[in-house]
Amino acid sequence: MPRPHLYLLVALLVSGGVSYFSDRIDPYHLDVLIGVGVNIILAVSLNLVNGYTGQFSLGHAGFMSVGAYLSAAVTLFVAPQLLGAGGGTALSQGVVFFFALLAGGLSAAVAGLLVGVPSLRLKGDYLAIVTLGFGEIIRVIFQNFEPLGGALGLNGIPAYTNAFWVLAFGAVTIFTVACLVHSTYGRGFIATKDDEIAAEAVGLNTTLYKIVAFVVGAFFAGIAGGLYGHFKQTISPSGFDFSKSIEIIVMVILGGMGNTVGVILAAILLTLLPEVLRPVAEYRMILYSFLLIVLMLARPQGLFNFHFGRKQAA
Amino acid sequence: MTEFLQQLLNGISLGAIFALIALGYTMVYGVLRFINFAHSDVFMVGAFVGYYIGRHVPEHTLWGGFLALAGAMAVCALLGVIIERLAYRRLRGSPTLNVLITAIGVSLLLENLGQFFFGATPRPFPELFPVTTFIVGGVYVSSNQLVVIGVTLGLLLALEFIVHRTKIGTAMRAVSLNPKAASLVGINIDVVISFTFALGSALAAAGGILYALNYPSIDPLMGVLPGLKAFVAAVLGGIGNIPGAALGGLLLGIVETFVNGSADWSSYKDAIAFAALIIILLFRPAGLLGRFTTEKV
Repeated sequence: MPRPHLYLLVALLVSGGVSYFSDRIDPYHLDVLIGVGVNIILAVSLNLVNGYTGQFSLGHAGFMSVGAYLSAAVTLFVAPQLLGAGGGTALSQGVVFFFALLAGGLSAAVAGLLVGVPSLRLKGDYLAIVTLGFGEIIRVIFQNFEPLGGALGLNGIPAYTNAFWVLAFGAVTIFTVACLVHSTYGRGFIATKDDEIAAEAVGLNTTLYKIVAFVVGAFFAGIAGGLYGHFKQTISPSGFDFSKSIEIIVMVILGGMGNTVGVILAAILLTLLPEVLRPVAEYRMILYSFLLIVLMLARPQGLFNFHFGRKQAA
Repeated sequence: MTEFLQQLLNGISLGAIFALIALGYTMVYGVLRFINFAHSDVFMVGAFVGYYIGRHVPEHTLWGGFLALAGAMAVCALLGVIIERLAYRRLRGSPTLNVLITAIGVSLLLENLGQFFFGATPRPFPELFPVTTFIVGGVYVSSNQLVVIGVTLGLLLALEFIVHRTKIGTAMRAVSLNPKAASLVGINIDVVISFTFALGSALAAAGGILYALNYPSIDPLMGVLPGLKAFVAAVLGGIGNIPGAALGGLLLGIVETFVNGSADWSSYKDAIAFAALIIILLFRPAGLLGRFTTEKV
């Protein structure tokens, strides 16, 4: 068995193990663990777009909301008819939840395709602002779409998300991104980031690579959104605004763009930081933003990027 | 027709405020090539400084209003210089994204400090200027709208004078064109950049007070949405281009007011700003007044 597949298997076993013992783990720690897992999925998938492919997207929260809404709609409106009045067994609930997440991920991927095709011909700051614009448009549409709750959002979403689902999908996300990056596509992504003109000159279809990265990133953002919705049990459009996208981007940049391990560590650190700062609740956000500036000034290459010898591509 | 003129007037006075904020984004982008996300919070600080000065000067007087305006502009100019000195200067020459994330950090810091010191609840903004309403040919013209348009015009003319007729303005344009060449001919880049931040932040402070006068409550997060829209306006006009920012702001204000005025679409007004931006960027990626630069290998 190749090594990445072995790691994936181990990770899935660990996630199964954790959920087996989850009754004995403190619920607060379990909640934090789920929060960490969701953020890892978001940050690793965004890293594929922003880090490896070098396309600065500011709309990740928008794709997350598409996934959250669609999967919640499946479990709220479609599942009761499938499961019957009794609510079904734990296994059938699990199967329904899996397909709900998949539906959320796929619809987010479609949204990613619709956004990506026109906007990926823009570069740099312009791409950033257009993806930001699309993210805000998605939010406003949900805000005005009454069948999905309008501005109030959806409530009473079944609490299907547990440590197993989050850790398992986290492992699958990391595995997929790692495999993709080490494939022909991955070379294409990195070539597109390093020098788009040179990549085109040797015959790479850079537009295709950008769109593939964008769609895969959106897919996992949708999955993360579904997990998040079935964890919080309530979602509203205001929870997926611009500041949520920023939160994810901060993880990617602190972890070091295009460095999956670093991004995972940053996602863990930045999810735990507000929890650790809870005793000083009043100053919590002030300290968070202050630390962000200090970290950026002290380690501009990313907190967990240790490739000192390698020269940065311009 | 009367309704059209009324909406046009409302749009222009909203657009004037967007233009003032957009100028700060565009000038900083012009010299440093990065998006100063903290700009929208300087706008918020400006409104709060105006609020505190406004409590100590008599309401409904011209001199009181202009004193609050000048005070807020001075404080924010200083704030802008301090932010640049402490947070951005060390990162000059590092990748844009690092500066961008620092700017986001500064923005969050200002918002949270604002919530800590001012509290999160919105406060009513004092009526600084005399308030009357004129009716011209069926169109209601509030004195605050005249103040907004008058102050914006005055500031735009002053900016035009500074950028094109003074030594420091010439230096700004030189740095914007080519920083290395500018420093070779003896321009002190640090001074120019500090000056640019001071100028942009002062304009944002003026925008903050004018905004607060017309939407009379202020809170620490008030800058977020106008800031985003002003940034959209700057890109719309071609980022880095000063007349472009003014034009983009004005257009955005007018379009948003008209959309807001139509019953069917008013709840989509925040989305329309971005939709218009996306359409324009797809057909004219450098913005309305921006110049295309062909990339040379």
